[in-house]
Amino acid sequence: MFELIPPAIYLLIGALLIGVTRGNARTAVLFLTPLVTLWAVWQVPDGVVLELPFLDYRIEPIEGSPVRRLFATIFAGMALVGGLYAFRQAKWYELAAAYAYAAGAVGVSFAGDLISLFLFWEVMALFSTVVVWCGGTPAARAAGIRYAVMHLLGGVILKVGIEGVVVHTGSIDVQPMLANNFDTWMMLIGILINAAAPPVSAWLADSYPESSPTGSVFLSAFTTKTAVLALILLFPGESVLIGIGLFMVMYGIIYALLENDIRRILAYSIVNQVGFMVCAIGIGTQMAINGAAAHAFAHIIYKALLFMSAGAVVYRTGMNKCTEVGGLFRTMPLTAICGIIGALAISGFPLTSGFTTKTMISQAAADESLAFVYMMLAAASAGVFLHAGIKFPWFVFFQKDSGLRPKDAPWNMGVAMVIFSVLCILLGVAPELLYKYLPYPVEYEAYTAGKVLFYTQLLLFSGLAFFLLLPLMKRTLTISLDTDWLWRVLLYRIGRALTATTAAIGNGVAGITQSLLSRLQSLAIRHMSTGANKEKPGVFARTWPIGSTALWIAVLLTGYVLVYYF
Amino acid sequence: MKPNADDHWLARPTTIKLLWRVFAVVLALTVLAQVFISVKGYFGVDGWFAFGAVFGFLSCLAMVLVAKGLGFFLKRDEDYYAEGDDDV
Repeated sequence: MFELIPPAIYLLIGALLIGVTRGNARTAVLFLTPLVTLWAVWQVPDGVVLELPFLDYRIEPIEGSPVRRLFATIFAGMALVGGLYAFRQAKWYELAAAYAYAAGAVGVSFAGDLISLFLFWEVMALFSTVVVWCGGTPAARAAGIRYAVMHLLGGVILKVGIEGVVVHTGSIDVQPMLANNFDTWMMLIGILINAAAPPVSAWLADSYPESSPTGSVFLSAFTTKTAVLALILLFPGESVLIGIGLFMVMYGIIYALLENDIRRILAYSIVNQVGFMVCAIGIGTQMAINGAAAHAFAHIIYKALLFMSAGAVVYRTGMNKCTEVGGLFRTMPLTAICGIIGALAISGFPLTSGFTTKTMISQAAADESLAFVYMMLAAASAGVFLHAGIKFPWFVFFQKDSGLRPKDAPWNMGVAMVIFSVLCILLGVAPELLYKYLPYPVEYEAYTAGKVLFYTQLLLFSGLAFFLLLPLMKRTLTISLDTDWLWRVLLYRIGRALTATTAAIGNGVAGITQSLLSRLQSLAIRHMSTGANKEKPGVFARTWPIGSTALWIAVLLTGYVLVYYF
Repeated sequence: MKPNADDHWLARPTTIKLLWRVFAVVLALTVLAQVFISVKGYFGVDGWFAFGAVFGFLSCLAMVLVAKGLGFFLKRDEDYYAEGDDDV
């Protein structure tokens, strides 16, 4: 009986229970719900498990496959460790929203048809917006609205695509397709919006850093990675994704280099990392899809770890900017060490999870003789170390002594960070733990001497470049414009200009009407005034008396009678 | 220069100097190691001696310079968007 309940439902129920429980009961709900979900995820066998009638369709809310279980596992695991990280600091409604958000992600993972996929997709959009709003500041409110607009728009575009595909093919199945007509393009665009692909990557770095220190940990995990899973399921081998992925990779690096806000650096680096996965899905070979899935799995862990480390700093110091912090390693050693482990993992240092997963993507590019892609990915790997691997820990924990002496992370945050740090290293030294759950059989050896040496050279000399170029990277109190300038400023200005123009036209029309009316009025007064207000009576008013009217009628009638008879 | 007694040992100039030396030695070793370990080149050039080192360094240099250049056009005051909100 339990196997007919979609695993996402457990998380949704948990989210509801968080609201109605208090104290220890709530803590129990927070920990048990993701555990039950994890158990449920692993009960889902391959193939369609549940079919339900919905309107004229048969929807399939539960369909299992290795890649679906892999993503659902890390989503549920993320809810568990994220819950541990947040449960003593976050507001209950943030936790509830985060769990419902995770439920959306798990739901998408097992959605066997486009209708259920869309439904859970929107659940994510809804509750992630709430998580952004839980930042609680006016900036968070505004960013949340922009975030919601972008995701609702993305949802509509996705829905247009789904409708088109359903009408034209008659199938609502989630199955591989290529973007070769309007419908499939709409679907692809709708998914890519959630993946923070260009030209709308800005929504991610705009909203995530405005959330609470705990909220950004949840936000970093779900939306973009469900988009990656959707791309794996729907558009594997769609070659346009290679170019989009490479652009995202470089975009993330450049913007992160320019950024001063600690969590915004990490937000840009999400775009960069998702770019690797999108590119791999575009390559589309078994090696590439394995690489994308493995990298997504590892990425959720080390990116959440980085956001946890940054979140602990923001929580303890109340500061968000590189220019305000520095030297925190003195009093926050655990947060610093965990942050550094996350930073090494994201950079793909040997013995970390980034190395054993990201190199699969490079290998896939090499196997397909995609020299340009391979070189760009290698350059990007160096760039990741530059913008996230060193920049983040350096400016936050070392750099100058800011004089701040905050306490280290609270114990629950610390335990969560240690768990994810251990996982980063575990998947680095024992990658086969992950490899055996990948969608295709893995024939890949991560640790060959040549490969290790190549990446060690690449990364260490990137480190050298960082320290030599430090003067060029002096942090400034600035933000960087992005395409969202088009709607946040240009569209706003156009809107204001239009309002001003229509107002001016309205005023002009009103003025003309006014003067016409007053002219009519004075005409009326001139001709029809009775003279009651002491002006000269009007010409019509003068003929007003009934006596003269009767006289004139009598004259006319007489005239008429005379004419009639003669 | 006498190190500031209050300061952490990691932040002392002597430690930093030592760290730079160790770093330089490690860098040299990773390049020299290629004498003994062959790096498989998929496209010819990437198997060249010290290719990873040079490529890593140069691509970082390029990315920093591009970022710096774009920064002239893209960087704005932190309250750039906040100003827009006020004059509604």
